[in-house]
Order: sequence, then structure tokens, then C-alpha cells
Amino acid sequence: MSDVMPVDERGDSLWKAAFSSRSFVIGLALTGIFAVAAIISFAWVPYDPAAQDIPNKLKGFSGAHWLGTDHFGRDILSMIMVGARTSIAVALIAVGVGLVIGTPLGLAAAARRGSLLDDVIMRANDLVFAFPALLIAILITAVFGPSAVNAILAIGIFNIPVFARLARGAALSLWQREFILAARVAGKGAVRISAEHILPNILNTLVVQVTIQFSLGILAEAALAYVGLGAQPPIPSWGRMLAESQTMVSLAPHVALVPGLVIVLTVLGVNLMGDGLRDVFDPRLRRSRS
Amino acid sequence: MSLLTVKDLSLTIGSTAILRDIDLSVDAGQILGIIGESGSGKSMTALSIMQLLPEGARLGGSIHFDGREIVGASEAEMCGLRGDDIGMVFQEPMTALNPVKTIGDQVAETVLIHSRVGKTEARRIARETLNRVGLPEAQFPLDRYPHELSGGQRQRVVIAMAIALRPRLLIADEPTTALDVTTQAQILTLLQKLVQEDGMALILITHDLAVVADVADKIAIMQRGVVVESGDTLPVFRNMQHPYSKALLEASAHVPRRTDPEVDLDAVPVLSVNNVVREYRTVRKGWFGKPGAFRAVDDVSFVVHKGENVGLVGESGCGKSTLARAIMALENTQAGSIKLDGESLNGEEGASMSARRKLQVVFQDPYGSFNPRHRVRRLVTEPFHLLGADAPQGAEREQAVAEALVNVGLLPQDADKYIHEFSGGQRQRIAIARALIIKPRLIILDEALSALDVSIRAQILDLLADLSARLHISYLFISHDLHVVRAITDRVMVMKAGRIVESGATEDVFHAPQHDYTKTLLAATPNLESALAGRG
Repeated sequence: MSDVMPVDERGDSLWKAAFSSRSFVIGLALTGIFAVAAIISFAWVPYDPAAQDIPNKLKGFSGAHWLGTDHFGRDILSMIMVGARTSIAVALIAVGVGLVIGTPLGLAAAARRGSLLDDVIMRANDLVFAFPALLIAILITAVFGPSAVNAILAIGIFNIPVFARLARGAALSLWQREFILAARVAGKGAVRISAEHILPNILNTLVVQVTIQFSLGILAEAALAYVGLGAQPPIPSWGRMLAESQTMVSLAPHVALVPGLVIVLTVLGVNLMGDGLRDVFDPRLRRSRS
Repeated sequence: MSLLTVKDLSLTIGSTAILRDIDLSVDAGQILGIIGESGSGKSMTALSIMQLLPEGARLGGSIHFDGREIVGASEAEMCGLRGDDIGMVFQEPMTALNPVKTIGDQVAETVLIHSRVGKTEARRIARETLNRVGLPEAQFPLDRYPHELSGGQRQRVVIAMAIALRPRLLIADEPTTALDVTTQAQILTLLQKLVQEDGMALILITHDLAVVADVADKIAIMQRGVVVESGDTLPVFRNMQHPYSKALLEASAHVPRRTDPEVDLDAVPVLSVNNVVREYRTVRKGWFGKPGAFRAVDDVSFVVHKGENVGLVGESGCGKSTLARAIMALENTQAGSIKLDGESLNGEEGASMSARRKLQVVFQDPYGSFNPRHRVRRLVTEPFHLLGADAPQGAEREQAVAEALVNVGLLPQDADKYIHEFSGGQRQRIAIARALIIKPRLIILDEALSALDVSIRAQILDLLADLSARLHISYLFISHDLHVVRAITDRVMVMKAGRIVESGATEDVFHAPQHDYTKTLLAATPNLESALAGRG
């Protein structure tokens, strides 16, 4: 993070600029495909993703099963579509937890810079940061039992310090600005200034971080599911599809390839979106690219 | 044949014309002053000579330097010229030096790039150059880092880097704007000395007419990319032709018309400051050492009466801004009391709303004092927060916004615009409107005019004088610029190292300063009239 926050004066035209960024549009399209697939799956899927059809197991791509079938003869396309729901929901809620809890903590720490509160918040963040995220996620799911909710909790907790630190850093430089001084002279308190003046001006930075954490969340969910600690069968999940198919890679490579590619493409899409947004939001990068 | 001749120079960037028909020339041993307000193209002219233009720039005309044509010269040729034959000094000494390299290395580096000398020889040249710019070896060994030096000393290092190879031409772009007046005077003397000793030509770019009148042999006045007037300094100043240069001259010496305020000395003063002390703890020395203390404000007392304008002058770091923040109750004080209209500020964050209501503030930076995401209406009404439930609503609120905007010379419909739609001068008007809207007793103007061009500054001065006369508001006018303080205040206080060393009626202090520091300060302030008179 740079220490000087570029405060963008162009507000609303930024979204227009975002759509002129190639990486943002490609990323949005990629992510959009899977988001749409997840939404459609609520209304319609080609087959019941849990329905087994053993005679038709491990079939390749065909008109009946576009993406083939797995070792139980389940339709892979249907499983991917329903699995997208889990992946996106877990990652989204986990990022939401981090954003909603972490940002206010960071803002509070910045508003009372150097105080006991600042120290307590930031040292607590350091503590969470000090543990390998996946290890604690495994611990949580091991203690409370594997489920999608516990996966959300585990991934969410590690998003809190990310947003707290980011918000604090960005807010600290804003607190030195004269318009904040003017608000203090107008008798506004720290809470009100944070909500009214600081938050809108650090939103850019937060949005970019949301996309980064979102893609990390999808990866983390897949990893937890892979080791069996995410959503439990029969709910389909990309990570578990990968895990179940790995013994059959030589027999029917597409069964492993499809969920693997889906994970890669989603993460790539979200990252591209984040890259595009960051270029648009940071005026210095924007100038050098135009 | 002059050392540098610029003929019919034109510059376009993209589709925007930046410069047109620029004719300039400067001889060896001469100082050419280029004057202009922001956006006049004076810096772009300098960058054209250095060929350091942004991408997409197209140059026309010719720049002749020492028998060579610069327009169209290859980058390799220019690299040979830059730093070697043409040196440049920028405005901001704080960012012009690399913070992780010693000053010796940075000066030696320019030598190493351009001449085939060894490291030892380069360091010897660096040492010699630093001596020449007034940084003697005893106090300033080569292994000092930039952060160990003051702003003026850093600017000396920057100049040393530019002159290490004894260039034929030195371009100095606002070299003293970021410096205090006493430091400015020293740097100008240094530049003059270097011109004399080396027979170097100097192009001095500045917005300050008095600075140029003092040192330049020739001047060129620029407006919107065109040189509107040029020639030898004295004749140009004595006999201005172009309406713009006349206006500029008038604005720089502008004194708003003011009537003597009716000051009621018996009434409760608007602001009374009694024996205020503000200390900062400094870093503890060693593990068990006691943390030291730095007194930024040391036992300061003064009063501001109703309708009175009081100036507070001093150089950077003298504690004037800390004092202002203490009065705004944004800083704790360790001793003393501050009373606004008889009501005490306890110095903590929670100064009462009713006390805060009597005070508003206008800051220096017209670009940083507004939240860029709000409309003017919301920006201007921010102080209504102080009125709590008494704040006007609906039509009454609209009326108040319109009145405040009209008071500062803007239109009521400007309330719907965003802040980026306004120029620096207009923004400062909006800042004043924000201060006026709750009808405070006292407005603190913290360097409120320092970032503005002279013509805009003159307008805002008029506005301030008009407002104080009409609305009976008192100002506490904080500035390092003695001219401006003299123009707008009734009484002035001079602050140095946390203490007020002299105070009195403005004209008395300016005519007959008592304290040595005030005398130094006044002597260092560039003065157009005395500079011209000194030239005969």
C-alpha cells in the first residue's frame, strides 16, 4: 500500500473507466459465466447431481452429458453448476465476514492511533496472522465437524486482519488531510468522521482487496473440500470432485480435469477483475497505461 | 550571439497548445527571470529547453544553445548536455534528494555520469562543490543523509548537484518557493554569487515579482503560454505596457481597502490565550533514560478582540500551527487556558459544541480541504453539525447555503457541483463559505492564501477585508508571508521557537521592529519597491 492515498475526484465515471479496462471485462465475463451457472442451477440442472447411473459411469463428453459422467455415472455439468453455488457462497460470505468485521476494527484503530485500542486491535490481528490459515481452518472443522458453515467461519476469520490492516493503513493517511481537520473543527466525532469521510475514500482500496480475497476464498474452499472438511456429500463441491477423481486420472482424465479447470478459470477471472479495478482506481497506474 | 536563444518556440501536447511564439535569450553571466502564475507555461518552457517533455509533446521553432540546436536533438545528445552543460534545480528540496544515499554520493554521482574521473576525484569535486554552496566540511561531511539537513540545506545540496560540473546554464524552477523567507534570501544570494563566479547563465522561474526584481538582469512575463512582456528588469518594471503585467504588478502589491474596525476593548475578548504550553515528548535516550520534552508552544498569551484582525507570523517550525490547533481544541495543552468568547476550552477533544460554534478555520491547501466525494452543499453545511438540533432545515438551510456562497462571490447554484469543478481560488472561497455558514466570532486562517496565485490572492484579500467589515468577524491570520499579513491585519505577533517575541500594531511593527528576529525577517522579505529603488 502506498502511504499517500490517491483520493479520486472523478467518483462515478470510474465504473465507466472500469469497463474500458480489458482485464476487468475479461475477468468479469469469466466470473460471470460461473455466477450465472450457479444461479441457473437453482431453477434447472440437466440431471440431478446426486443421481447415480452406474452403467453410464466415466463417460466422455457427449450430447447427453456435455461434460461427461463420473465414477458413479453422475452428470459432471450438473455437479459443477451446483458446486459453483457452494464455492461462490462460501467465498463470498467469508470475504463479507472479513470486510464487515475487519474494516470497522481498522477504522477504529486509525481513529485512535497510538492508543491502547489501536495496540489491542493490531496485536490481535498479528496473532491471527501468525498462524497458517489452512491449518487453523482444519482445526476448526476438526473440532466443530466438517460443514460448509464451518468452512465459511474458518476462511472468514483469516480475512478479518487483512481488511483491518488495509483499512487502518489507508485511513491513517486520510486522518492527516485538511478536510478531516475541518470536520473535527465542526465538532464531529471519530465514528461519524470515519463513516462519513474516511470510509467513502478508502472504498476503492477495499473493493480491490475484496476481489483478491474472494479468489483466495474460492481456493481455500476447494482445498478444504479436497481434504474432506468442506461441504459434505451429497452436496457437490469442486474440491471434492477433484479429490474423488484423482484415482481415476489415467482412466478418465476429464473427470479430474473439468473441476480443476473450473477452479483455475474462476480464480483467474476474479483476479483479472481485481487487476482491472486496481488499474482504474490508482491514477498513477492509469496514466502509465493509457 | 547569446548563450541560449529561444525563437518562435511552440509546444503542443496531444491537441492542446501549451506554448506559443516564445522568444527568450540569456547570456553568460546573466540572470533571466521568468514570471508567471500557475498554468502560464513557465515550467514547460524550462522542460522544453531540457527536452524533458511528457510523451506526446510536439515542439516547434528553435532553441539554440551554445551553437547547437536542441529542438530535434537525439536523446543521447541531450543526455550529454543535461547535468553537464545545463543544470536544473527544482522547487521541492524535500523530494529532490534520494533519502537513502548520502549527500556526498549524490553530488559525486552527477560528476561520475558525465566526466571520466575516478571515484576519489568525483568525491573531491563533490566536497569542493558543497563548500561552494555553503555547506563546509566541518559541519557537513560527505556522509550526511538528506534527513539530517534542514530544507534550506537540502536545497543547497540540490544546487550543488546542479552546478558540480560548472554548467553553462542553470535553470532554477521556483527554487525558493518551499523555503522560509530568511532561507530564501540566503539561497538567492548563493545563486547570484555562483553566476558571478562561474560566468554561468541562470534562468530563474518564479511567481514572485519581488524576487525577480531583486536579482534578475532581464525578465519575461508569461501568461497562458505566451510571453506578454520582456526586456531588462528595471525598464520593464518602471514602464509596464501589457495589461496583464500591469495587473500582476498591482496584485502583488495589493492592499485591500479597510476601514479601522471598531474594537471594543472592554468587552469580553473573542479569544484569549493565557500562558499556553504545548509539549511533545521526544524519544527516550537509552533503555532507562527519561523521555525528553520539546516545547512547541512556550508560555504564549494574547487576546483577540471583537472585530479585530490579528496576524501571527513566523517561519516553519516556530509553533504557529501547533498553537492554532490548540485553539481549535485539536491538540492537548499542558498548561494555560484558552477562552473563546469567555468560554473555556478544556483542551481535550471534547471542547463543548457551544464553544466550537464560535470558531471556524480555513486551511492552506485548497485541494486537500474538501472531501472529494461530496457536493458543495454538503461540504459547506458541515459546520451545521455544531448547531445540533438548532441547525436550519429545508428551505431555511438552502437559504443559508445560498447566502454563504453569495457572500464569497459564488452563485447559489454552485451548491450542486462537486469540488473538482472549481479552481484553487474558488475552492478557497468555498472554504471561507464553510467557515462563515454558522456565523462564527473568529475565523482562523492558517496560511489560507499561501497556495494561491498573486492575482487570486488579491481577490481573496479583498473578500476577507469586505467580510470582516460587514460581518464583524475577527481573524487570526497565520502566515509566513509578511506582505499579506501587513495588508489584512490590525495587530501582528511575531513567533519564534514557540514564543511570541514581538507584538504590536501592524504598522508599528513593520516600520519600527524592536526584536532582532523581526528585523531579520523584514530584511529577508523581498520587497519590490526597495529592490527597484536599489537598482537606481
